Amino acid sequence: MKKSSLIYLVLALIFSLRLSAAELNIEITRGVDNPIPVAVVPFAWDGANLLEEDIAQIVSSNLEQVGEFRALSRANMLSLPSEEREVHYRDWRILAQQYLVVGKVSQVPGGQMVQVQWEFFDINRERKVLGEVLTGSMTQLRDIAHEISDVVYQEITGRRGAFSTKIMYVSAEGPIGSTIFKLHYADYDGRRAQILLESREPIMSPAWSPDGGQIAYVSFETDLPRIYIQDLSTGQRRQVTNFPGINSSPVWSPDASKLAMVLSKDGSPDIYVLDLATNELRQLTDHPRAETEPAWTLDSSSVVFTSDRTGQPQIYKVDATGGLPERMTFDCFYCAKAQFLPDGVNLVHVRRETRQDNSYGIAILNVQTARVIKLTETALDESPSVAPNGSMIMFGTTAGGRGVLDAVSIDGRVKFRLPSPQGDVREPSWSPYLN
Amino acid sequence: MGMQFNNVFKSAVLALTIIGLAACSSTSDTEEMAPVAQTAGESDAARAARLEQERLERERQEQQRREQAALNTTVFYFDFDVAEFQPSDRETLIVHARNLAANPNRSVRLEGHADERGTREYNLALGERRANSIRDFLIVNGASRGQLETVSYGEERPAVNGQAEDAYRQNRRVEVQPAG
Repeated sequence: MKKSSLIYLVLALIFSLRLSAAELNIEITRGVDNPIPVAVVPFAWDGANLLEEDIAQIVSSNLEQVGEFRALSRANMLSLPSEEREVHYRDWRILAQQYLVVGKVSQVPGGQMVQVQWEFFDINRERKVLGEVLTGSMTQLRDIAHEISDVVYQEITGRRGAFSTKIMYVSAEGPIGSTIFKLHYADYDGRRAQILLESREPIMSPAWSPDGGQIAYVSFETDLPRIYIQDLSTGQRRQVTNFPGINSSPVWSPDASKLAMVLSKDGSPDIYVLDLATNELRQLTDHPRAETEPAWTLDSSSVVFTSDRTGQPQIYKVDATGGLPERMTFDCFYCAKAQFLPDGVNLVHVRRETRQDNSYGIAILNVQTARVIKLTETALDESPSVAPNGSMIMFGTTAGGRGVLDAVSIDGRVKFRLPSPQGDVREPSWSPYLN
Repeated sequence: MGMQFNNVFKSAVLALTIIGLAACSSTSDTEEMAPVAQTAGESDAARAARLEQERLERERQEQQRREQAALNTTVFYFDFDVAEFQPSDRETLIVHARNLAANPNRSVRLEGHADERGTREYNLALGERRANSIRDFLIVNGASRGQLETVSYGEERPAVNGQAEDAYRQNRRVEVQPAG
């Protein structure tokens, strides 16, 4: 009995090593001052075949990516408990751990279902915080791992976790002249990617509806940039706009009633708002220069956008009913593609400080204090998209001559790169909460 | 079939261009030859006329060659973050405009592009502005609005890959493509 569980444990460890190679490459750029130490013990498994996913590894990666936690290395663990009666608090106190996660996976007799029993302990208080049993199919092990991560994150920080969310992004593969463009849908960490749309013409600007049920994007499939809305459950899609010129940058208002967009039908790109119930189109800006990249304030009352009306792109804000725009950035050569964080105060954007520095990074502007924090120092960063809990920002950048997706914790201290086997990937779009 | 049509079309364009040029040169012919005829003897005058004729023929061929080269130039490059075409492309674009004016059934698609620096949606706007700058110039010089379609691809369809200035320079462009 004991011997066999040891064999499983060894197998599980070997398997976890193999898996970790495929896991995300997490780079601790500056290190957190006092990261919260968490130990996530490899989950025990009573089945005959190896489990396809390493739940404990996924939970550890998730927690480390947000920057506030440090997961204990498995090699340093003194014991490998899988349930409460095997937990000796002393083992974890010696290792200066504050929290402990243990669990075991068992097969539900007669089928592909598994049961995951997991428990969460506070080491200092020597008490179990919670325990629960999750049931799912073999293909849902990653969902279960993300669910556990969300609960642990919320228990420790008091904030909702965003590990069960999804992303969309665009890829371009193949040589110039025969490039294939694809719109992908994946877990927030880039795993389990599926293709939503494939085209020989460019695809741009994917956006989520507030309930996550629909997406909007720009497709050049008619040889012209036009806006489409697609239902994720049925796959049904419809063309929303067909105005002369640019039709782009669709963004749902947080109250789901409107779609902001960019149209150049009157000669230059301007911001418009389409009322999705009445189909009424309202023009928000009217300027001969370019107005683009709309994003809503949290209360759906205003729209921030990029305009080069003074010569270089800067960020402005306008009331959703129209009126005179208010300029929000002044001290940068190029400030564009703004989006509010869930706190409604911090504005993430793409920033190039001076004409000379020639580097585009992701930065946050606090609109109350006017303080700017640069989160990235790479050269070609663009398309920032914020996790629904504001803990991370994902963006497109260039590495080794191709487009890649990076994510950075909101404090700028931890970065990770999403796995992308081939081609250029760009324009990540983080989903709202889906559960 | 398509190829044949294309050739016929090209010869038609060429023929029209030649007729146009012949019309131009015949007027300048008489103007320039008149003084020569007055101040010289009959045989000298005939010789001068022949030489002048040959010179004009060479000029005509040169002009025709230049115009064809201009029409064969279908990619126009732009400076960083600039939406106005380069002054050195003026003459070439005037030839394009006149050719469109002379061929009302012909229409072209102006595809504007940006290099990859900066945000994608802003680059889409920049590509459109570049295409519009060429469109407006062609209209001023004789092409009609209905012959010109513009589309911006922003940074989505680079001409060459790479992160060097040389690649960027080749990607900031407007391509003149046959429409339809």
